[in-house]
Order: sequence, then structure tokens, then C-alpha cells
Amino acid sequence: MLDLSPDWGVILTHFAPELILVIGALGLLSYDLYVRGKDGLQPWITLGVLLAAALATGWLYTMDPAEVFEGRSAGEVFRSGAFLSDSFTHFFRLMSVLTAGLVTLSGIAYMRGKTAFKGEFYAFVLFAALAMNLMAGANDLIVIALGIEFLSLVSYILTGYIREDRLSIEGGLKYFLYGSITSAAMLFGLTYLYGIAGSTSLPVIAEAVRQPENLVVTHLSTFIVPAALFLVLAGIGFKVAIAPFHQWSPDAYQGAPTPVTAFLSVGPKAAGFAVMMRLFITVFGTPELSATWLGVLGALAGLTMILGNVAALTQSDVKRMMAYSSIAQAGYMLVGIAAFGGTALMGTTPLGAVLFFILAYLFTNLGAFAVIIAVDRLTGSSSVSAFAGLSKRSPFLAIALTIFFLSLIGIPPLSGFFGKFAVFGAAVASDMFGLAVVGVLTGVVSAVYYFQIVKTMYFGDPAEGGALRPSPGVVFVVATALVMTLIIGLVPQPFIEIANQAVTALEPIAGSMVAR
Amino acid sequence: MQPFLEQISILSLITFLPLVGMVWVLFLRDDDRIKKFATWFSVIPLILSVLLWFGYDKDAGGFQYEAFFSWIPNVGINYHVGVDGFSVPLIFLTTLLTTISLWYSAGVIQTRVKEYYAFFLLLATGMLGVFISLDLFLFYVFFEIGLVPMYFLIGIWGGPRREYAAIKFFLYTLAGSVLMLLGLIAVAFNTPGDNPFTLVRGGMTSDWLTAAPIPFASDPTGALAVAAFLGFLIAMLIKVPSFPFHTWLPDAHVEAPTAGSVILAGVLLKLGTYGLVRVAMPLFPEAFQMLAVPIGFLAFTSIVYGALVAMAQWDFKKLIAYSSVNHMGYVTLGIVATVAAVNGVTPEALAADPMLAENLEAARVAALDGAALQMFTHGVITGALFLLVGLIYDTRTHERDFRELGSGLWRTVPKYGTMLMIAAFASLGLPGLAGFVSEFLVFNGAFRVGLAGNQPLLILTALSVLGILFTAAFILWKVIQMLLLGPQNERWIGTPDLTNNELAMLAPLMFFIIAFGVYPWPILEFIHGASQSLVAHMNVDANLIEVARAASAALTSLR
Repeated sequence: MLDLSPDWGVILTHFAPELILVIGALGLLSYDLYVRGKDGLQPWITLGVLLAAALATGWLYTMDPAEVFEGRSAGEVFRSGAFLSDSFTHFFRLMSVLTAGLVTLSGIAYMRGKTAFKGEFYAFVLFAALAMNLMAGANDLIVIALGIEFLSLVSYILTGYIREDRLSIEGGLKYFLYGSITSAAMLFGLTYLYGIAGSTSLPVIAEAVRQPENLVVTHLSTFIVPAALFLVLAGIGFKVAIAPFHQWSPDAYQGAPTPVTAFLSVGPKAAGFAVMMRLFITVFGTPELSATWLGVLGALAGLTMILGNVAALTQSDVKRMMAYSSIAQAGYMLVGIAAFGGTALMGTTPLGAVLFFILAYLFTNLGAFAVIIAVDRLTGSSSVSAFAGLSKRSPFLAIALTIFFLSLIGIPPLSGFFGKFAVFGAAVASDMFGLAVVGVLTGVVSAVYYFQIVKTMYFGDPAEGGALRPSPGVVFVVATALVMTLIIGLVPQPFIEIANQAVTALEPIAGSMVAR
Repeated sequence: MQPFLEQISILSLITFLPLVGMVWVLFLRDDDRIKKFATWFSVIPLILSVLLWFGYDKDAGGFQYEAFFSWIPNVGINYHVGVDGFSVPLIFLTTLLTTISLWYSAGVIQTRVKEYYAFFLLLATGMLGVFISLDLFLFYVFFEIGLVPMYFLIGIWGGPRREYAAIKFFLYTLAGSVLMLLGLIAVAFNTPGDNPFTLVRGGMTSDWLTAAPIPFASDPTGALAVAAFLGFLIAMLIKVPSFPFHTWLPDAHVEAPTAGSVILAGVLLKLGTYGLVRVAMPLFPEAFQMLAVPIGFLAFTSIVYGALVAMAQWDFKKLIAYSSVNHMGYVTLGIVATVAAVNGVTPEALAADPMLAENLEAARVAALDGAALQMFTHGVITGALFLLVGLIYDTRTHERDFRELGSGLWRTVPKYGTMLMIAAFASLGLPGLAGFVSEFLVFNGAFRVGLAGNQPLLILTALSVLGILFTAAFILWKVIQMLLLGPQNERWIGTPDLTNNELAMLAPLMFFIIAFGVYPWPILEFIHGASQSLVAHMNVDANLIEVARAASAALTSLR
């Protein structure tokens, strides 16, 4: 029997990033109460908190697991807790902190003067990072549900943050209504899982679904598991915006303040995929069980890639276009998960490929959004025509956005190319040629809409002249993202290793640990 | 540990110096300085490629000047470069045309000079990288890099329909590339060993790694192998471009600025045929052989259809563009003849003529010689022709329609007329000029392979000769008769003739057209060695040779 009495040392250590985020967010809220009038420090406090959380995560990374868990094996730890602090969680902790940090930096100038509730805005950004961390480490249905709901609520508020803007309100409301329904569906699905196992703990569920005789309602099990999983998939699919659960995203993306759009395009996606991987792979990842959902996932991946890339073609608003673009990108990530059954691929596993893809996507997409934020702020519009002649008004922003788009299309040697190479490599390894062909060909389609913007920037003449001067925050984010897009592309090896290391925490548990 | 410079290799210098130049250009302010700097800077890789030409040991053959770094060890991807007889002439061609293009552009590009030169130098790196790669992945990366700058060159500095032409070029090529990407992944999965991406296969040798086996060894004509081969094939045929994938070419060529057309026709098209030789032949010998006749049919169609469509053009530039479809068809035909299967050769026939198998091999080598030489000669000839179109259109007449330009241009601008005459005759394959040698070799080889026992190939080759006829027709009719001969067109009297500067630009191209037409051995020497070893390596007729040897041995023992 495990000793389940609270060990405060372990808890404080392993919750350090989350605790820092909670304290920081609450502190920001009260800061606004007491230091009214003195404006402008909130984003820097936010960045400081995020940096602290990142350092704490880095500190956890360097720890020896054996020492931390005091001799208990990772499998035992897995069986015990509702929240896991393993290398998989660490990876997504870094993703959430990076997303929040880059969004904050690129949004400072944009949000200035847009709202009176500044402290709250940045506090919500921190809460969002916290929610993503919870999702990444969730090892219990309750924590999964709480994490997803938490992130959803924060996202609704952030989307509708600018009350004076009709589009913002509309986007927030649509997001909320759609999210409520999928949340209900997901919770309904989770109750089935609880019903099967009699517990909300993932390891217990894992054990239960592997031993049919233990099932509470045996005669329904073959039917219930796929049904429950599809309902859960609706909830997670809503967060990561895969077809057909994506309808909210174009309106929400267009209406939300642009920094929030940037956040939505990366943060919830990464966290959603973390939950999806943890739940589907560790619990339902055996060959027999995965047969119930792999086909559905593959079909959704194909549908998402086609729909996202085709629908993006006709958009005249860049934020809307990026909504469909990020739907398509979620489709690529889904390909990697659908291919997870395949053999280990050229030094990287299919799930490692997904994590690598997410890492590459994070920098590229946030960089692209930083440019869009700057253009939106300086021209007051995010329509395609606002980008006309950008190569003359700001050569730096134009060439940066071009490189980000090339990376999203998958032109080597940029990071996005290696992401695609990894996931489609995984698909080929798993004999999913159809999916790989759909993926690369819709990638060609994506070149049409990305290049529509490139064309406008380089071949068009500016409607009104004058150089655009992006804020220092934007310049910093664009430069960082640019450097990372190039580095991940030119020297992918260390990043492949980081991704692989993160999924090793995930995979052994899928096989041997639980089945024992 | 090898000395640093040796490990870097002259090839890396040739390839990445233009990239260095590009970065440098970004920091220059004055337009004139940018033009001077970029043009002179591009001479350095040119000189290095001349050194490479003379430094390559032709007797030793094989891959030389290799450099090797492990790039992504997890995945088995290496930065592995090296050259053989196929790539050395093309590297020289690329650096030469790049310098000439930049030189020419200095006179005509007035807007957004910095971006133009930056893109052009980046393009040079992409093209050169393809020719030095001995790693499939590296090959793909460079193959793609060239896309982006070309898109901008057409889209910003092109003609009236530039935006359409630019995106069409980009999408067509990208569509081919992504199929190649899947093929590449499939190849890597089906290659055992530590270097699944290497292009050093089978019997080839390298200083740095042992050759990997040919992929899909267990089922070389199975569905997966053929699918992967088709991925490569389509990517290359789009780039060549071969009928029916050629429709991007006239648009891109006509709209591109002159220097862009020169590079596009002179080098970029060769990436396709070079890919067939460097990648498709060694990796998929049997799948290639299986599909040889259909591909041969596409080559034949490109030859005849390309020539006929060229004949119908009134736009000078468009005519040259379509003539490229025709001329690149010869290259494809030569490659097809190299791999095509030969049937119906009975043991008795082989026994009666022990030389049959050896002759067949010689025929294949001749066809491949011709194809590889045609890549170079077409680059020089079409490069010269596009330059000549630019010289008359960009700065003199601003008119490209034959009906408006003609006639009597030779009398109006005699130096220009002479240059055009040489290039045009080379293009139609006049003996004594470079184009003839390569086309002759292609037809010679293809006929002999066809005669040995491939009826469809024989027929396709015979019909392809019509292409030469049609080429002669449109060159003589449109370019020579309508443009150069006849009474002087009043409108153009007083048009200035070529300056010494412009003559100097054309001089190297004219030199190679004439020199390699009269005495092609200096370049054939390279190609011949590489062709021989590739044909031997592919072992297309291995069983035939064995049968022949066995049969003749049996005969001798009977006597």
C-alpha cells in the first residue's frame, strides 16, 4: 500500500510552476486594486512571473526522477496521483509559459489603451498558462475536466475582452455557446468512463478497460468505450479546433483582440493535444483498444486538413485566414497521433514527432501573429489589404512574415518543414499513405492563401505610405521567433531529443506499467 | 583528422559563397555598389568551379571533393556533398550563367535593386546545392530553396502577368516536391543501415560511408516502390518540364525578367533531368525500367508537341520557351533509352554475337552521354537565346512580336544578327555547333537500344526525329527568315547595335557553343566516365551479359 499522506516537500517542489503562476495571477489582481493610476507595470510583472515559472520547470527538468520519487518507480507514481509532474508535463509547461510570454510581449503595445481592465487581462493570461499546465499533467478525469473548463472560461473572457468592440463580444459569445455544448458532451463521455471503471483515475480506468471481466457493465463495454471516447474527443477537439468541432474558431479568432487570437492559435491547441495524448495513449493505447478510435482520428485528421486549407482560401481577413490555417495545422498534428501505432520512426517516435511539430509551430505561428498584431495596431485593420506594400513600409516585418509562412507551408530548411517531415514520416511508417498524401497536397493548397498575403506585401503598393514602426515587444518576439524557426530548422537534432525525452514519460506507461 | 579546408570542400564554398554575398548585399546601400559587388562576387564561385573542372581527376572517376558532416544523426541525415562527371559541368554552367545574368541585370534592373540581387544570389545557392548533394534529404532541401527566390524574381520584376506566372510556377513545382518528399520518406524506410538517405548506393563508392543498398530490394517493382518512384518522377517531370506537366513553363518564361529566364531555362530545368539521373536511376532501376516506355512516350510528345507549339508562336520569348520543352524532351528520351528494357534477345542470338550485350551497354552509355551533354548545351544555347531576346526587347525595341520586329534585322544590327544566327543554328542542331553533338548521341543511343529489342522505343525514337524537323522549321522560318533576313524594317533603322559590353557577355556562351560543337571531348570526357559507371552500376542488362558469356563459353567448349 502506498503512503498517500501528503508530503509537502514533494508537493511544493512539483507544483512549483503552478504555484508561482497562481500567486503571480492573484498578485496581479490585487496589484491593480492598490496601485491604481500607476500604469504600465503589469505586463512586466506578468513576464517576471512567467520567467519564474519557466525557471522552476527547468529546475524540475534537471532533477533525477528516482531521487524525487524517493525510490518509487514512475509507474507507481502514475498509479497514485491525480496530477503528474513528469517530463511530458514539463514539456508542455514550457510550451504554456513560452506561449503566454511571447503573447504578452507582442501584445503590450496593442492592449495599451484598449481596455481599462489591464491588470485583469494579464492575470487572465497567467491563469490561462496555469490551466494549460493542469491539462498537461492531468492524470484524473476530474483534473482533465477542470483543466479544460478552466482554460475555456479564461479563453471566453479573453476573447470578449474588449467590450466596446461588437466583433469581440460576438466572438466571445459564440465561443462560449459552442464550448458549453461540447463541454457537456465531453462530461457526458467522461461519466461513461467513470461508469466503466468506478473511478476517475486514469490508471484505474486503464486497468479496467484492459480486463473486461472487471467491467461494471460488461455487456455494454464494446460499444461504450468508443462512444465515450468520441464524446471526449468532441470536447478536446473543440479546444484544439479540429473539424468538425471547429466552427467557433473563425469568428472567435476574428473578433478577439489580436494578441488573444495569437494565444488561442497555440496555447489551447498544445494543451488539448497534451490531454488527448495522455488519455488516448496511456489509457486506450493498446493495439486492441486503439482499434476503436484510430480510424476515427485518422478520418478527422484528413477532414481537418482538407477543410482548414480549403476554407482558408477565400478569407479576406488575415485573422480569419489564420483561424483556418491553424485548424489545418491541428490536422497535421492529429496525423502524428493517428499514426502512433507505427513503428519507431528514424530516431523519433510518432508522438515525439507531434511534440516536435508543436514546438516548431509555437514559434512560427506566434511570430506570424506578432507581425499581424503590429500591422493590426498600426493600420487599424487586419484585412489582407492592410498588408499591401508592407515590404516597403517595414521590410523587416514583411520578410519575417514571409519566412513564417514558408515555414507553415513546410519549405525546408525551416522548422515547420521538419515538423511536417516528422509527422508524415510517422504516417508513412504506419502505412497511412492516404493520410500522408492528403497532408502534403493540402500543404500545396495552403501555399495559395499564404502567398496571397506574401503577394500583397511584395507586389502590391501601399494604400498609404509611411514606414510602420513596430513596438519593441513585437520586434523582440518576431526576432526570437525568426531565430527559433531557423535554428529548429537548421539544427533540429536537440529539439528532436527534447521531444523524444518528453514522450518517453508517456509511452512506457502505456504498455508494461499498467498491464502488469 | 583532415585539414579544415579539405573537410569543408571547395564544393561547399562554391555553394554557400553566393549566400554570403546575399547577406552582404543586404547591408549595402547604394544601388550601383550592390550591382558591382554582386556581379564581381559571383565571379569567385565561377573561378572556383573552373578550378573544380580542372581539378577533378577524370581517370579516377567516381565522387570527388567530398565533404561530410552528420547533420541530423537521429534520423541518419548527413551533409554529404561530392561531384562526379555529371555534376561538374552543370556546376560550371550554373556559376557561369549566374555571373552573366547578374552582369546583364546591372543594365536593366532599376527598381528594388537590393532585393533583386539578394534573391538572385540565394537562387544560386539553391541550384548549386542540388548539384553537389549526395544525400537525398539535402538534395530535397536545396531543390526547394530555389523555389522561393524564383517566385519573387518573376513576381516583382516580371512582365504584365507576372503575379499569375509566379504563383503558377511556385505551386506546380511545390506540388511535385511534396510528392517527392513522400517518396523520399518511403525510400528511407526501405533502406536498411545507418544512412537511409544517402545517394551513394549499390556499387558506388564514397570516402565517407559504405554504399547503402538499393531501396525496396525485396520487391523492386512492388506497389510501394513504384509509388515512391512516381513521387520522384512526377516531381522531376514537372521541373523538366515534360508534357503534360509543362504548362507552367511558357507563363513563367514569358513573364520572368530576362536574367530570370536565362537561369530558369539554363539551370532550373536541368534540376529535373539531373534528378532523374542522380536520384531516380540509381534508386529505382527496376521501377524505372518498368515504366520506361510510358515515360518515353511523354518525352516523344514533349519533343514533337513542344516543337509544333513553338512554331505557332509569334512572341519571340514564348517561342524560345516552347523550344525548351522540345529540347529537354531529348534529354528525357536519352535517359529513358538508358534504362529501357530489351526483350527478345535469345541465348542463340547472344551466342552468335558475343558482342551484342557489350554493344547494348555502349548504346546505353551513348544515350546517357547525349542526355547529360544536352543538359549543358541546352543551358548554354537557350541561355544565349534568352539573353538575345532580352537584349533586343529590354533596352532596344520593347517589342517581341516577330511580325513587328522583322524583317532585315541582320542589316540593322549586324553584330546582334550574327550572334542570334549562331545561337539559333545551334538550337536547331546544326552540325559543328554544340546542340548537334548531344542530340546525335541521344538518337544514336536510343536507336541502338531500340534495335536491340525494344520495338516501342524504336518507334518513339524514329518519330521523335520529326521534332528535329519541326525545330529546324520554326528556327528557319521565324527566327532566321522573318527576323533576320529580308528587306530592312524602316521602324528599327537606327537601333543601336550590341555594345562591346554586351558582346563580352555573350562571348563565353558563343565560345562554348562553337568549341564544344567542333571538339566536344573535353566535356564528354567527364560525362562519359560518369555514364559508364552509372550504367554499369545499374546493371540493367546484367542477365543478358551473363547469358552471353555462358552461351559463348558453351560454344567454345563444344568446339
